[in-house]
Amino acid sequence: MKRIIVCLKQAVDVSQLKVDPATRHLLIASAPKKISDFDKNALEEAVRIKEKLGDVEIFTLTVTSEDAKAVLREALAMGADKAYVVYDPSLKDIDTSGTAYILAEAIKKIGGFNLVLCGETSLDSFSGLVGSRLAEMLNLPQISSVRKLSVEGDTVTAERTLEDAVETVKAEMPALIMVTREINQPRIPSLMMIMKASKKEIVTWTAADLGVQKDKLGSKIEVIEVLAPKTERKKIKITGENVQEIADKLAKALIQEGVVGR
Amino acid sequence: MLWEGEDDMSEHEGILVFSEKHDLMLEMLGKGLEIADKLQTSLAAVLMGFNVQEKADELVKCGADKVYLVDNQALEHFRIEAYLSVLHNLATSYKPEIILIGSTRNGKPLAARLATRLEAGCVPDCNKLSIDEKMRLVGERITYGGNAAAKITFKGKPQIVTVPQRAFEKPEQKDRSGQVISLDLKIEEPKTEIVETKPLEVSSVRIEDAEVIISCGRGLGKKEDRVLLDELATVLCGQVGCSRPLAEDRKWFSEWVGLSGHKVKPKLYIACGISGVIQHVAGIRDAKVIVAINKDEQAPIFEVADYGVVGNLYEILPALKEALKKQLE
Repeated sequence: MKRIIVCLKQAVDVSQLKVDPATRHLLIASAPKKISDFDKNALEEAVRIKEKLGDVEIFTLTVTSEDAKAVLREALAMGADKAYVVYDPSLKDIDTSGTAYILAEAIKKIGGFNLVLCGETSLDSFSGLVGSRLAEMLNLPQISSVRKLSVEGDTVTAERTLEDAVETVKAEMPALIMVTREINQPRIPSLMMIMKASKKEIVTWTAADLGVQKDKLGSKIEVIEVLAPKTERKKIKITGENVQEIADKLAKALIQEGVVGR
Repeated sequence: MLWEGEDDMSEHEGILVFSEKHDLMLEMLGKGLEIADKLQTSLAAVLMGFNVQEKADELVKCGADKVYLVDNQALEHFRIEAYLSVLHNLATSYKPEIILIGSTRNGKPLAARLATRLEAGCVPDCNKLSIDEKMRLVGERITYGGNAAAKITFKGKPQIVTVPQRAFEKPEQKDRSGQVISLDLKIEEPKTEIVETKPLEVSSVRIEDAEVIISCGRGLGKKEDRVLLDELATVLCGQVGCSRPLAEDRKWFSEWVGLSGHKVKPKLYIACGISGVIQHVAGIRDAKVIVAINKDEQAPIFEVADYGVVGNLYEILPALKEALKKQLE
């Protein structure tokens, strides 16, 4: 039996995020949450490995300062066997190092794993640091930017996309893999799968249950401000009697802007 | 805690710069020199690889006071454990206050793991860097899917940031004096094995370098219709791009413009049949002029465009091509 642990972040759905135009602050508290896109690809990949190899169990692991049950039900419906969540309001201000530390402690507690799958980055903060920090803390072989993955025996082989090359890399398991969105198209769970998921177990831990050292949770960075950018676009609508007239007007405007022609 | 010990922090000094991509290293040296002047400290570059010594000269000319040269066959190809062990060794020996690492697919995990090994903070993908009144490094980055820019600083040292390609200008090379220090360091064994490396099937011209980009989104009915964009691109000496769905979902293109794809800064960006989700907009924010062509009057792309045309791209694009041809003659 192989065990895959998929790290899932409950992320702010950035496509539904609103901005207060007066202050340019993001209205994060009222924005809906979902499984971070890249992590969903990681989960989908785990499910595909299970479908191929059979004898595989998939655990998801989430660290959160807010309730994440609804999001975890979706992960279970997609095909995870059990969801672990470290849910602790005291974790509100941890940074990527604190998150990775808790993930590492939880993974050690779960134990017996062959693969840890993470998303390349997260939908909301878009830092892309946690997977790498986790590999370092767990002292695991790490393969990032993965667009194709296969498991054979105790070896994992992955195709990584770099800026100018595609690299095929292999490692002995246990290993940590970070996947891009290219790797697959996550499934939408059927009603049947959703019903089945309601019987699956969600294990909830607090930071104290993991025996974490509080001094390792202090954030090492300080966020000064998070503001929506000012939009200073002209927003000129080009209209006309017919397509010809519109095209002429637009061409003229672009020439006047000095952005076309030599 | 490390960041509460002032004594511990005061022993950190100097700026250390590394990227496995030479051009990015030069860009970071340019910015690094500016910061070093402000902090009145020194700037050092890490040059590692195999038979790479001839690159040291250029690093000095771009601002490095010191070049730590680690030339070893074990560093011929980027292996994270090997490169990490060199950087970790240098960071613990020389205790820089700032470490700049190139934010490439290989560089970012390297920075994250170095920060972890040093128990330090890391701010990734900074497209702006400055020094605040407390002499701390402040990095600015795009976050929340392009909805916001965050300014972030550090509570301790070293302060590690990663810098994307082309965030800063490559500096002019000057005759400066610098020291090249060749080091023989112990290199950690890699935990992974490279089976094969193939060049990525990308267009010969990089879209980041394009001055004019004509991009299409889901409004494009079929793959072959990109010829409409190609023809306009020919007239404008531009390049054709697309939004994420056309590349990732429909697989019509291998790359896309947007936060998760290429961030571009052309003089002119023409978005055709692109609705303008925030992630796409984040990738084109630095364009000088944005034109939106979309059938849907309510499409959010119009909110971020300088010129908007509500209409059918299949009619507008050929007409625009002819109009430009005529007026540019």
